[in-house]
Amino acid sequence: MKILVCISKAPDTTTKISFTDGDTKFDESGVKYIVNPYDEWYALVRGLELKEAHGGSVTTVTVGTAEDDATIRKALAIGADDATRINVKPEDASQVAAEIAAYAKEGAYDLVLLGKETIDYNGSQVGGMIAEHLDMPFISLAEKLDVDGTTATLDKEITGGVQTVEAELPLVVSCAKGMAEQRIPNMRGIMAARKKPLNVVEPTNAAKQTSFVKYALPAPKSAVKLIDPNNMDELVELLHNEAKVI
Amino acid sequence: MSVLVYINSNGEKIAKNAFEAVTYSKKIGDVTVVTNGKADDSMLAQLGKYGASKVLVDRSFEGIDEQQITRLVATAAENVGAETIVFSNDLIGKAVAPRLSVKLSAGLVAGATGVPQEDGTIPVNVFSGKAHGFVKVNTDKKIIALLPNSIQPEETGADAAVEEFNGNAGDSRVTVKETKLPEGDIPLPEAELVVSGGRGLKGPENWNLITDLATELGAATACSRPVADSDWRPHHEHVGQTGVAIRPNLYIAAGISGAIQHLAGVNGSKTIVVINTDDEAPFFKAADYGVVGDAFEVLPKLTEAVKKFKASN
Ligand SMILES: Cc1cc2nc3c(=O)[nH]c(=O)nc-3n(C[C@H](O)[C@H](O)[C@H](O)COP(=O)(O)OP(=O)(O)OC[C@H]3O[C@@H](n4cnc5c(N)ncnc54)[C@H](O)[C@@H]3O)c2cc1C
Repeated sequence: MKILVCISKAPDTTTKISFTDGDTKFDESGVKYIVNPYDEWYALVRGLELKEAHGGSVTTVTVGTAEDDATIRKALAIGADDATRINVKPEDASQVAAEIAAYAKEGAYDLVLLGKETIDYNGSQVGGMIAEHLDMPFISLAEKLDVDGTTATLDKEITGGVQTVEAELPLVVSCAKGMAEQRIPNMRGIMAARKKPLNVVEPTNAAKQTSFVKYALPAPKSAVKLIDPNNMDELVELLHNEAKVI
Repeated sequence: MSVLVYINSNGEKIAKNAFEAVTYSKKIGDVTVVTNGKADDSMLAQLGKYGASKVLVDRSFEGIDEQQITRLVATAAENVGAETIVFSNDLIGKAVAPRLSVKLSAGLVAGATGVPQEDGTIPVNVFSGKAHGFVKVNTDKKIIALLPNSIQPEETGADAAVEEFNGNAGDSRVTVKETKLPEGDIPLPEAELVVSGGRGLKGPENWNLITDLATELGAATACSRPVADSDWRPHHEHVGQTGVAIRPNLYIAAGISGAIQHLAGVNGSKTIVVINTDDEAPFFKAADYGVVGDAFEVLPKLTEAVKKFKASN
């Protein structure tokens, strides 16, 4: 089975968010980047488990500049066989999806896996877009994925519950919690990752259908109103009359 | 301007986020709704109250197959000459809107939190709710996927005309084997009231403290990540940066410290109540109302107070 896992970097979850250039750019100074947790914990690890069970290969693909190489090496250390970086700064989901789809078309992959969203732009867009480019079914927010021959069985989150579905490969799957358990790379993995191929390919220069033109931080909260723990009637009264939420 | 809204009407009733999407679209232009499934005409006609002038319904398929819905919406968009297409950014919207964006070469704004600004940009949440971004669409057609609970449905009009429609949806390549919808649970992403518990509740055996209050309020239940990771509660209740992001009207957090990753998923809530023994817990900085006290004592008292309030109102 040939598996392609889309890997993106994202600011560490403890990052304090701020902006520069008149609030038009995310301030990257001092920001530590990690592998987007959904890509790493769920998509990549499940891809590796499927390879271990059925044989095949796991390739990662990232749209990004040389600054992303450290993140890509981490994915290799966790166990991917090789990596491709499409050499352009990712600025919009439509651009990223078009670049990955153009690359994936050449590779005849059975599965394209990616996290359900990135934790910076939270768009949840790239998977569905790739699927449409490649004319493959898209199983979104999958919590479980098994493959038997050429048939995949998946559990996906739906409003208020879970649905079990079946589809023929090839497929695009966005991976959510439940899919796999995080793997911590060991020393051997980290050493091996240095020697694994990281291929850099040139972009097709796909158009960007959207752009972020400015940013703003939420208005600071006013100070908390403390309520006496023995006076919950007062809290209920405030929720009703002041906050008007019950 | 012609605006097309896709809504799901496969359920027993039309969900609130569908009314939100129609209300939102009415603020942009003249609204046509397209839907599939089995909802009867009188149910669909109600969408007119929120601003739809016409409802197109394709009864040839039920279900939520994202390729079928993509083709249906594309056909309808062509039919009504829609310049803007609106979805709710729920689980169906998240699967369909990106496909449609490629199919129609229409820029997608996912997770919109408000109407287009004067400069044409559309506000969205970014960095898991830690900031807002403003997105410009560079294509003629646009698709907006509206974050649930971002605007209040407004009833302004009368019933809409409902028309049968053939959306050329084609076949599904995905077979549904089983659908599990836990009875009685309120789906978290759409809940207006949420009661949530953290590690401070010590163990799953104490969760009746949370569920009793939730039942009394008619609220959904949620939890912090370590609670789900320890299997005290199911995964789908985990809120935060790596769980579900929610924005209910009321979020009550008991025994949760308020780590930055937790706050990221809940800071869009309109009102936050925090119950914690530690008056230095970071969550108090994000709270509207705080109770410094033991959740084991405070929660039953709060449940009682809600009961009393409900009885007298
Ligand atoms: C990459 C990454 C992603 C993460 N994503 C998430 C996420 O999505 N969601 C999430 O929630 N966390 C996430 N976390 C974990 C997060 O950092 C915190 O560890 C977690 O939120 C803490 O959960 P908690 O508040 O339940 O537990 P604790 O931090 O242990 O806090 C328990 C709280 O309960 C209080 N308490 C104790 N006893 C009582 C009592 N009797 N009555 C009242 N209060 C009491 C304590 O004072 C304390 O404040 C993530 C972490 C990382 C590194």
